[in-house]
Amino acid sequence: MKKQSLTIRGGHVIDPAEKLDGPYDILLKDGLVAEVAARGKLRGKGDDTFDARGLIVAPGFIDIHVHLREPGQTVKETIATGTAAAAAGGFTSVCAMPNTNPVNDLPAITRWMQDPERGARVNVFPIAAATVGSMGEQLTDYTMLKRAGAVAVTDDGKPILPDKIMREALLAAARVGLPVIQHAEDTRMTKGAAMHQGPTAFRLGLRGWPAEAESSLVERDIRLAAETKGHYHVAHLSAAAALKAVRRAKREHVHVTCEVTPHHFALIDEDVGEYNTNFKMNPPLRSREDRDALLASLADGTVDCVATDHAPHPQNEKNAEFDQAPFGITGLETALGLCVSILHVQENIPMRRIIELLSTNPARVMGLAHRGTLAVGSYADVTIFDPNKKWSYRAVESFSKSKNSPFDGWKLQGEVVATVVGGHMVFHSLS
Amino acid sequence: MPRTRSLLDLEHLSRDDITFILKLARTMHTRAPRPRLKGKRIALLFYEASTRTRVSFEFAAKLLGTHTSIISATASSVEKGESLVDTGKTLQALGADCIVVRHPSSGAPYVLARNLRVPIINAGDGMHEHPSQGLLDAYTILRHKKSLKGLKVTMIGDIQHSRVARSNIHLLSKFGAQVVLCGPAELLPETALTLAPGLKIVRHIEEAVRKSDVVMMLRVQKERLAGLNLDSEKYHIQYQLTLDRLKLAKSDAIVMHPGPMVRGMEIQTEVADSPQAVIEEQVHNGVYVRMAVMSVCMGVA
Repeated sequence: MKKQSLTIRGGHVIDPAEKLDGPYDILLKDGLVAEVAARGKLRGKGDDTFDARGLIVAPGFIDIHVHLREPGQTVKETIATGTAAAAAGGFTSVCAMPNTNPVNDLPAITRWMQDPERGARVNVFPIAAATVGSMGEQLTDYTMLKRAGAVAVTDDGKPILPDKIMREALLAAARVGLPVIQHAEDTRMTKGAAMHQGPTAFRLGLRGWPAEAESSLVERDIRLAAETKGHYHVAHLSAAAALKAVRRAKREHVHVTCEVTPHHFALIDEDVGEYNTNFKMNPPLRSREDRDALLASLADGTVDCVATDHAPHPQNEKNAEFDQAPFGITGLETALGLCVSILHVQENIPMRRIIELLSTNPARVMGLAHRGTLAVGSYADVTIFDPNKKWSYRAVESFSKSKNSPFDGWKLQGEVVATVVGGHMVFHSLS
Repeated sequence: MPRTRSLLDLEHLSRDDITFILKLARTMHTRAPRPRLKGKRIALLFYEASTRTRVSFEFAAKLLGTHTSIISATASSVEKGESLVDTGKTLQALGADCIVVRHPSSGAPYVLARNLRVPIINAGDGMHEHPSQGLLDAYTILRHKKSLKGLKVTMIGDIQHSRVARSNIHLLSKFGAQVVLCGPAELLPETALTLAPGLKIVRHIEEAVRKSDVVMMLRVQKERLAGLNLDSEKYHIQYQLTLDRLKLAKSDAIVMHPGPMVRGMEIQTEVADSPQAVIEEQVHNGVYVRMAVMSVCMGVA
């Protein structure tokens, strides 16, 4: 029998939603946050206690962009293995992209993904296809998909290209209160492209992918979002020009949000080296200037979320010609380490803001009520980490089925110690 | 046992190594061939059409006393969906001592080199490099000019899609030649300047050719244009090397072309056949340079 209540004591609690940033103890009971009190005040409460001295206690991290590959591509990942990697990375909830096989464009698939039979370690919130088969022609049934548990719609992996379809999607999604997530890539400009257009692509003789392929579509979408009053969310934003468009739109109160991946703020196109396919992703690693713009916007609040775009691929598929290898890298287990090492230590971004990027804002963007906060009555999803612990990431030890990470062997600071979902410990670094 | 090594690109090859290969090529050229690689097995793995490079490597390998086998993508397991890595491993298991690879994907030779123990020789990978061509071009230039240092070498045409251009730019820049690039923006983006220090772009062909020691023409690679529309009438008016334009170069300038050339497109047929053209000599020299390359890569030099 699992214990019914747990006290996390002695930790440094940071919950931007509740404006908490200090020494508090937390009582989790029956899957909810039951009490938050000054350090020592909860002594004797709870069937079990967790000693969080020297650690940061945060509302559970939420990754709004992961590819769990199930149904249909279980060689790469399953919901069970992907969420095990999520738990190890401190994520208590993940939003699963619909580019599975079949595409998640039906309520039955959305429900199937959430079935306990899948063996998920953390909360799984499916994101449904915005169009049937993600073919970009006919909208799916947003009302029914939302009822089945979908938290957003997207054709991720592909853009929603025609103006007409994007406008219809924004209108339909606004009616039911779902965000439309755009994979902003004008594919007419990226034919055959394998990496960012620039000196490195030229040197390697690879077809380049212009930043305008992203920014032009973001600009178009923002016009449509302003017109339709829909909620528009930019997935894996990578180009400085797209960021500029988002910043302007936010000033003009268009409902637009965006996410940035750890790899886009940690790496640049030059890092591709001599055709290392673990540095091939969509959108591609951008220029140093783009990366610096992302770092500035992560600091100043323009960027809403950090999301990993966890995209597992087996070694045999990645061990191929660069232009033939699939796009994407794993990211769940390195996200926190990269956020702490680069955003906090190197860029001096306060820890509070990092929690905002990993938990508070993701919950708000995806409309996940009672998550992304430790307010009394919210779900007992908690991430406990050591902000000072230095460690080395070893891809072979990943919980994911796939090991395609560019960060293999990286020394990182900031390690997940425990991940609590619904009051239950789903990951502990010592066990 | 002498150490074997791969030849993947000229970008990372040192001046000393290049000089060594060119000297060895000179020896191969002037002395009767010796079977210094007798009994070795060389696999020529060609994923892309080729006449001169394939035959050149094959003749070079045979002159060194090796057994060669040519594998072309359309008549092998590649057609059945075998991956590049598995094809390479199969050739290695069959006893290949060296794999010469031509591939439409940039970087494909690196994939083989990372996964296999035998040396890999890049015989042209996508738009990236064609190192043996760069070496034979340098060899050919040095048959006519004392040194590469200070030479004005002008490359005209489709630089963007040219692996020959990249290899030549790296090699010539390392040895202090003044490399001038000429072509329309679609085929020669400004980014090209970042490839090596000291490069120059001159858009007008007359100005580019003026006082050149070497004029290197490049074919417009129709197969790699990927939807880019090019007006061929306009192209040959603007960028074709004609006898009149060649007169602007130094009187002892040589004209080179890595082939295959399209007469009447990038090069006027009279220029291709003029005494200043060394195009056939390039092809001829290629055999000796590739003999040198294979000897070095197989550790018998």
